[in-house]
Amino acid sequence: MNQNPTPQTGHETGDYVTVNIGPSHPAMHGTLRVITLTDGEYIIKADPEIGYLHRGVEKLGENLTYHQFIPITDRLNYCSAIPNNVSYEMAVEKLMGIEVPEKAQLIRVIMMELARIADHQVCVGILGVDLGAFTPFFYLIIQREEIYEIFEWFNGARLTNTFGRIGGVDADLPDDFEERWEELKPNVRKANEETEKLLTHNRIWMDRTIGVSAFSAEDALNWGFTGPCLRACGVKRDLRKDEPYCMYDKFDFEVPVGKNGDVFDRYKVRMIEMEQSIRIIDQAYKLYKEMPADAPLMARVPKTIKPPAGEVYSALESPNGELGFFVKSDGSANPYRIRIRPPCYMIYQAFPELVKGELIADLVACLSSLNVIAGELDR
Amino acid sequence: MATEAYNGGGWIATKLEWLINWGRKRSPWPLPYGTACCGIEMMCALAAGYDMARFGAERPSFSPRQADVLIQAGTITMKMAPVFKKIYDQMAEPKCVISMGACACSGGVFRTYSTLQGIDKLVPVDIYIPGCPPRPEALLQALLMFIKKTEKSHPIIHKKYSDLLVGT
Amino acid sequence: MDLKKRVEQCLGPESLVVAMTECQGDVSVEVPKRRLLEAMRLLRDTPDLGFDFLSDVFGVDNLDLNKPKKKPKKAEEGEGAEAEEPKEKGPLPPRFEVVYLLLCLERNERLQVKVRVSEDDMEVDSLTSMWKAATWPEREAFDMYGVRFKGHPNLKRLLMWDDFPAHPLRKDYPLEGQGEERHLIYED
Repeated sequence: MNQNPTPQTGHETGDYVTVNIGPSHPAMHGTLRVITLTDGEYIIKADPEIGYLHRGVEKLGENLTYHQFIPITDRLNYCSAIPNNVSYEMAVEKLMGIEVPEKAQLIRVIMMELARIADHQVCVGILGVDLGAFTPFFYLIIQREEIYEIFEWFNGARLTNTFGRIGGVDADLPDDFEERWEELKPNVRKANEETEKLLTHNRIWMDRTIGVSAFSAEDALNWGFTGPCLRACGVKRDLRKDEPYCMYDKFDFEVPVGKNGDVFDRYKVRMIEMEQSIRIIDQAYKLYKEMPADAPLMARVPKTIKPPAGEVYSALESPNGELGFFVKSDGSANPYRIRIRPPCYMIYQAFPELVKGELIADLVACLSSLNVIAGELDR
Repeated sequence: MATEAYNGGGWIATKLEWLINWGRKRSPWPLPYGTACCGIEMMCALAAGYDMARFGAERPSFSPRQADVLIQAGTITMKMAPVFKKIYDQMAEPKCVISMGACACSGGVFRTYSTLQGIDKLVPVDIYIPGCPPRPEALLQALLMFIKKTEKSHPIIHKKYSDLLVGT
Repeated sequence: MDLKKRVEQCLGPESLVVAMTECQGDVSVEVPKRRLLEAMRLLRDTPDLGFDFLSDVFGVDNLDLNKPKKKPKKAEEGEGAEAEEPKEKGPLPPRFEVVYLLLCLERNERLQVKVRVSEDDMEVDSLTSMWKAATWPEREAFDMYGVRFKGHPNLKRLLMWDDFPAHPLRKDYPLEGQGEERHLIYED
């Protein structure tokens, strides 16, 4: 907290109140519940309760075939569905030892980075809305609608695009992708610029976000943080650079790192990542254009997927962090066990530590900046 | 004759009803109960592109006491079901429930141990919107259907008289 | 040196390796259940290995794999030869597994560590004393499989409601549930 490091006098009366910030609440991003014990406005203890969107996805996976599970993975992190699909497909491909052709990998990269931009746009927008700054949300949502147009035109669906297949991608990028992208790029940059102008050096924004729920790097690593929340704490860790997949080692981009791990750093990290995603898409598209037009899009995959018995874990850097799939197969057409490692699950379990001693208004800011998506958290 | 004008099918009652319905249909304040993916599409419908405010849904109210329309967007799980029912019960009459998305209508893709197979097992639903997720335009169409439904509703005339008004 | 060899060199002398497998580059080592914390400390503190990040903890139910009528697949390697578990059920290996995914941040290497848990003795030591990241995954493993973690600060159900009577991810629990409903309680 930056203003009053200790509670003011009169608060040590021991007059504690339990405030239930229930599952149906505008600031609770869907179905999260926090039971707080407060002393006035200061939080003594916060106890999150999850599970209000537990739909049994992992058990459902054991009863479907490998292909049938791809649409279910869309519904995990529904703000950016494509990294979920690709992460699952990569896990199954690893289990079967399939090598995805380069053209398909480039298409996957382009789509995943577009999804990353879309996810960060909605996260920053909602962070603004929760703190009372409505305008950037509208600017960013308009550009997000444009990205949805690209998804719809390529995949068929705006939000839950069942992208890609096990072994590659099913269709090529249409011919006018370049015009669409060249039209979209300056608009996305402009919306980001306007958001920065409105927020970054805004006195009110800085007061409400700098110093709120600061977290040290060792604590973050101990709690299993990954993604923008970890990078905001000062740890330079990005799976795209550390364990490259899908030709990410061929692209030149930066990984933003914060200092204090507070809400402001998380916001800044996301804004910079959007710009880096634009760079990656440009480079990926340039490489894509150099590929021959009849390069294969799918590896040779049997019609019924029956991986050999074994278990693998494969992870990629989704907009929230390390999204991993553990797939165990017993040789039949249905997976034996699918475990989804959600990034925001590990982050949200540290929530009591993050908000201890903060004000209730800061709780809202902190929760919003973590980008906790209930679909991924509860599965 | 005089009393029938007020609570029968008389002209004062019908004109008063027309006025009440006119006020109600022009300002359906939604309770955006967004739990899952459909919640994001509902958010897009409330935002700048597919503005829902032009139909009068200007004030999305998260407080059930002040809302007219409960838009259930997303899956309701067994753990969430009592909470949802409580919110529905707290809304004041007359109210309407719009069930948006396949999960709310019938459980959707998730036929599992923890998903409620359709919110109509708990609350009476007025409008169903299929889709997974439905486009924001579908939500706007549902709102227009709600407006048409409100035009024909009878808030003050007793049911035994309103049957005489079939066709008006 | 190869990861498999390094792990064997570190854990082998203490007789902590029950089995070791590799699948498509993923190394998996099974350690005895009673000595889990010791093994984890060795894996973390040996400078050669340095697995200092706990990525995930979850359970697996091997009921269908253990059934004799299904063709015994390679996934049951090691066949649960734990010396300390008195096996009343004959040759069947223990039913549950708890899998820990570790990561070495410096070398970007991953390792899977497993312990086998039989139905008669479902207690495992909790890793929350070493990594706080195990807090919720262990609660979820308890919720979904019934594995109890000794020393966990708050072992309650996480994803299902508190009085849910079963453990849903077990293989003998049907997908569509057994009709459990959370009762509509209107308190105060």
